[in-house]
Amino acid sequence: MGLTPVGSMPYQESKEEFLTTKLSHLIDLTRKIGVNWSRKNSLWPMPFATACCGIELMATGASRYDIARFGAEVMRFTPRQCDLMICAGRVAIKTMPVLQRIYMQMAEPKWVISMGACASTGGVFDTYAVVQGVDQFLPVDVYVPGCPPRPETLLEGVMAIQRIVENEGLIHSKERERGMGLVVQPTVQVKVEKGAGK
Amino acid sequence: MSAKITPIIELLQKQFSDIDFAPAPLLEMKDKSAEQWCVHVQPSKLFAVMSFLRSDERCSFEQLSDLAGVDYLNFPKAKDRYGIVYSLLSLSKEHRLWVKVFVNDPNPEVPSVVSIWYGATWMEREVWDMFGVRFSDHPDLRRILTWESFEAHPLRKDYPLTGRGEREDFKVITRDSA
Ligand code: SF4
Repeated sequence: MGLTPVGSMPYQESKEEFLTTKLSHLIDLTRKIGVNWSRKNSLWPMPFATACCGIELMATGASRYDIARFGAEVMRFTPRQCDLMICAGRVAIKTMPVLQRIYMQMAEPKWVISMGACASTGGVFDTYAVVQGVDQFLPVDVYVPGCPPRPETLLEGVMAIQRIVENEGLIHSKERERGMGLVVQPTVQVKVEKGAGK
Repeated sequence: MSAKITPIIELLQKQFSDIDFAPAPLLEMKDKSAEQWCVHVQPSKLFAVMSFLRSDERCSFEQLSDLAGVDYLNFPKAKDRYGIVYSLLSLSKEHRLWVKVFVNDPNPEVPSVVSIWYGATWMEREVWDMFGVRFSDHPDLRRILTWESFEAHPLRKDYPLTGRGEREDFKVITRDSA
């Protein structure tokens, strides 16, 4: 039998093939849900705490706020074992190459939270020595506002990462969006009366 | 003038009669005994004066508690550009003395006091890093806060606050490159 030129004959799925395809889809789906579920509930943070925000990060890890409720209590100090970098605090010009190297050393898939005004924008430190926002040089997924952010706000940021993990599935971080569109979804609706503030 | 430091300054003036120390209080106070005093030295004589202050039994300043740089650019009534301030403390005799040296552009340079107080190593490196004042005979005069290829001396008054683009000068890591 010679080779059939491509496109000369419409592809016909046999019955067995149909079954196996559907089956593998099903396995894929369960795997995707299962893997994402376990992945989002076991985010291991890399605490890159360089300034005062780091104290609040510690408070988030301690018993009162207890980041373990979200499965993210395993702070690892080696980037190889982490998948969530929490960049807490201002980043000095001498630290930026270190931060980049640590990010590169983290294994895929990985996410980045930029915690606090300083990590996101440089904050009040508009000087020669402070990088004006780590997102200029690193892909950031979630920005957590505040100076410093309350532990609840950081938890909201972690939950935003969980939502990203849940929605995106098994996507290599190269295929992900640049992250600017992802914001913390407000869970509280502020009730403002009509005509207020006019 | 505090009773403790008077004999020290008199001793200095007797020992180095060719130097005009121009002793003055750092801050004038109502309570004269609480005043802290400061003497001025030329850079060329600094090392001899410091050795004397450290080794003489009546002075015995065992500790160099601080070494700082000052940039006097556009400072009212300032004659010189850079000042180096040494703050000396004698733990055994319980007295303090400040020593000031002034240097100017180009090539501001003062002798290093590392061989007298070893703790001056990092403080002199910091002054070199931030103000660009060289310390001759320093064993290891590298930058300490910024990195070696940094070109400016950022605490000089003519250096812009937001820098000259050093804080933008990194490679960008995208999701593709990581
Ligand atoms: S944002 Fe505020 S608390 Fe956080 S590092 Fe900056 S100054 Fe400190």
